[in-house]
Amino acid sequence: MNQYIAHCVLALCLLPLAATASSAYPQAERNYDTYCVQCHGVHRDGKGINAAQMSVQPRDHTDSKAMTDVPDEEMFKAIKEGGLAVNKSILMPVWGKVLGDEEIHELVAYLREICKCGK
Amino acid sequence: MRQFLPVLLLVSSAALAADGPQVLQQQCAECHALKAPTETTLDRLWSRRGPDLHYAGDKFQREWLVGWLEAPTRIRPAGEFYRHHVKDGPEGDVVDEASLPAHPKLDHETAEAVADALLGLHAKGLVESGAYKGATVSSTMGAMFFGKLRGCAACHQDAPGKGGLSGPELYTANSRLNADYVYSYIKKPQAFDPHVWMPDAGLGESDLQRLTGYLMQLKSGAKQ
Repeated sequence: MNQYIAHCVLALCLLPLAATASSAYPQAERNYDTYCVQCHGVHRDGKGINAAQMSVQPRDHTDSKAMTDVPDEEMFKAIKEGGLAVNKSILMPVWGKVLGDEEIHELVAYLREICKCGK
Repeated sequence: MRQFLPVLLLVSSAALAADGPQVLQQQCAECHALKAPTETTLDRLWSRRGPDLHYAGDKFQREWLVGWLEAPTRIRPAGEFYRHHVKDGPEGDVVDEASLPAHPKLDHETAEAVADALLGLHAKGLVESGAYKGATVSSTMGAMFFGKLRGCAACHQDAPGKGGLSGPELYTANSRLNADYVYSYIKKPQAFDPHVWMPDAGLGESDLQRLTGYLMQLKSGAKQ
């Protein structure tokens, strides 16, 4: 039991590493780490722990060229209503019942920060 | 003296019998919420050490629960919370197996007592009793909806090694979970925790019945 708790405590000690304060959008960064990293990856490159088994690979959010081609409105819609709403994969889920519009707008701004690209 | 002996033995046996609620409080409450949390923040999700159990009586089947407490296996391939257990791999993120703690094992008597105590934990209004209607689902059709059509396989496995890693495996759902719980959780995950990383896909009734039926009719561990 003590060993179990020690493992848990160790995981919690790593918490600050998981959510750095480097972004201008810390809440969006936290949301990304919670909901997006499972597929889009710790490095935001589309290589999350789920990606290896997925038939359609998650978008690489660090790809400036590809991300430049996606308007803010499309990003917002993809996050809120899921991939199908923007003619993409069902594997991108609907997050609109977990995240509010304001949080999704901030996520879009955070994605622009990650890709270092404009609209 | 002889007539007191059976009484003494009975008392002794009762004293030795595991006290499920007491074990829960002493050994489980450290990592699991046994009562509905008063504060459901994103920070709580990040800091909790194991799944919430305050609705365990609505969720689990007793036989599975006793067996699992005696010989725990990993249900969540990436642990709880998955984000704490990810590291760099050669071709992307991988689960950091070394960071995943092993769950304590209980002896049979204690496992039974703890299972009974857990099955006494209920949360009003979370699970819709009788929601799952028990219709037979074609395994081919169910697998298609679980994978390509509704995307559940992005995060969940319906067979060992087949599917995503950030959610619990579902190939043992039929022996582990109550069907009404499965239905209710798929329907509205945020009712169980408002910040949980399983999305509410807004599925209609036919999808909820089909997916619940598919999972409840899976043979544990069978390749699909």
